[in-house]
Amino acid sequence: MTALAMRQSPDTEALRAQAARIRGRVVEMCHASKSAHLGSSLSCVDILTAAYWHVLDIDPNNPADPKRDRFILSKGHAAMAIYATLAMRGYFPEEELATYNQDDGRLAEHPPANMLPGIEAATGSLGHGLPLGLGMALAGRIKGEDYRVYALLSDGENNEGSVWEAAMFAAGQKLENVCVVVDYNKWQATGRSNETLALAPLRDKWAAFGWDAQEVDGHDVGRLAERMANLPNGSGKPVALIAHTIKGRGVSFMEDDNNWHYRAPTAEEVVKAHAELGLV
Amino acid sequence: MRNAFADELTKLGQEDPRVVMLSGDIGNKLFDKFKAAQPERFFNCGVAEQNMMGVAAGMAMSGLRPVAYTITPFVTTRCLEQIRTDAAYHEAPVTVVAVGAGLAYAGLGPTHHACEDLSFLRSIPNMVVLAPGDEWEVRAGLRAILQQDRPAYMRMGKKGEPVVHAGAIADFEIGKAIPMTERPIGDGGEVCLLSTGNLLPEVLEAGRLLGERGISAQTLSFHTVKPLDEACLAMAFQRFQRVVSVEEHSVVGGFGSAVAEWAVDAGIDARKLLRIGTPDRFFKLSGEQSFARERLGLTAPQIAERVAGTLKQRTTAA
Repeated sequence: MTALAMRQSPDTEALRAQAARIRGRVVEMCHASKSAHLGSSLSCVDILTAAYWHVLDIDPNNPADPKRDRFILSKGHAAMAIYATLAMRGYFPEEELATYNQDDGRLAEHPPANMLPGIEAATGSLGHGLPLGLGMALAGRIKGEDYRVYALLSDGENNEGSVWEAAMFAAGQKLENVCVVVDYNKWQATGRSNETLALAPLRDKWAAFGWDAQEVDGHDVGRLAERMANLPNGSGKPVALIAHTIKGRGVSFMEDDNNWHYRAPTAEEVVKAHAELGLV
Repeated sequence: MRNAFADELTKLGQEDPRVVMLSGDIGNKLFDKFKAAQPERFFNCGVAEQNMMGVAAGMAMSGLRPVAYTITPFVTTRCLEQIRTDAAYHEAPVTVVAVGAGLAYAGLGPTHHACEDLSFLRSIPNMVVLAPGDEWEVRAGLRAILQQDRPAYMRMGKKGEPVVHAGAIADFEIGKAIPMTERPIGDGGEVCLLSTGNLLPEVLEAGRLLGERGISAQTLSFHTVKPLDEACLAMAFQRFQRVVSVEEHSVVGGFGSAVAEWAVDAGIDARKLLRIGTPDRFFKLSGEQSFARERLGLTAPQIAERVAGTLKQRTTAA
């Protein structure tokens, strides 16, 4: 399936439509649960769509297949986005999305460990996903399996020292089956990510740490799909895609407005958002 | 202890293709045999313990049995969240092995002392916590850990510790204390010494010194701090007048605390318990382990004196 998917060019129109449906679900989930992290969830939907509908060699009916590609949502606060993605991709019933953040459910505000098919690792504390992914990649190398490992990081997450420990380690081990995608939406919880710590130039930092680092439009789902699928890419290095994104992408009144890091939409705002996403 | 660990791990690596060794840039030459036998399963992870522990968890989640090793504070407190969240929360069978626990690296100063690790590690759900008493317990403990399927922590001294057991411990079991004296524990007596970790030789000597003073004492090696051998504790509290926990670890949160918690919860007369460990402060003076132990009251004569003194107090009070 990997080889096939890589040979085929992505069906960009279908991917865009899928991304819009995920965004619509995420907005609904946020409204129903009154939970935080809507902006962070919307900014990475195109990356998730490219991964789950084009890039990953996975089978929702066999989520523990040892040979599967691994995708780790290291920015665990975008849980709504991965739940909607996994449900729509067939890992569990879409109806279960209504239980998000409700009492006695499986869909907590950060992805849980060993509870939900398709969740490779529990995340929520930043800076954990990449080291876990590197361990999975090395396990593949030791066992002679050629699966690939993807880790989706937030830009704020690049504050964590463990990210850079992992970056050096991956380059040292020449883990060319590993791809990091940074959801570079230019915000972290309480401020601009380039002002909170000196994050920029982010591509140069990853390149200096020994990665094949490339900048990409994080909302060009077709281009993302191509870049992510091209792994290993022949460089002999792990790949870092610095995906330029917009926080709250897809809903005009949420875009690049960091109030939506914590705010939840009203019923009226859900209707407006769905209209903008072309879902009515 | 560390040489025994490296030797046993090399054997286990040859027996079990899932065993992977991760080192935090220590153990120069210590793992040469492991590396020679399994170069593809040895990783020097550098001075980057958070990443090392995350990598270990990722390997364990993929069916391997990684062993992550470095000096105690750096493989515990430095990456405690990775142990908790990546290994324990995922129930990933990572084995964390610490060298230089307690005051083994006394001369290197408090940055390298580790008198809090048992407290941190035993509070984490799913964790097994081992503190072997000599190199044979290290070997048996490591082997037992790798036969199970859950995260575990094992703290060791460094090298050259007295060897207590005569040889390989055939009936070693995680969570089952080992009686160190000829007489069966059930006989009872005045004092039961519960020893955990590499203080075991001192505790055995303390027991002998008590005997010289006409106080009958038995010693148990509690190589496992979690899960506690509750059946053995129940018997000790029932049959002995005094039960003494001894550890090269803080009296806050360590083995003695675990025994006290158990006693209170089980409705046992906890007044029988005397807890001996390091005080709740950093030890800043230079000097080797023997000096630090002496200053902190952990040598055999000091332990014996303290135990005898409390027996006297109890007699007087009664």
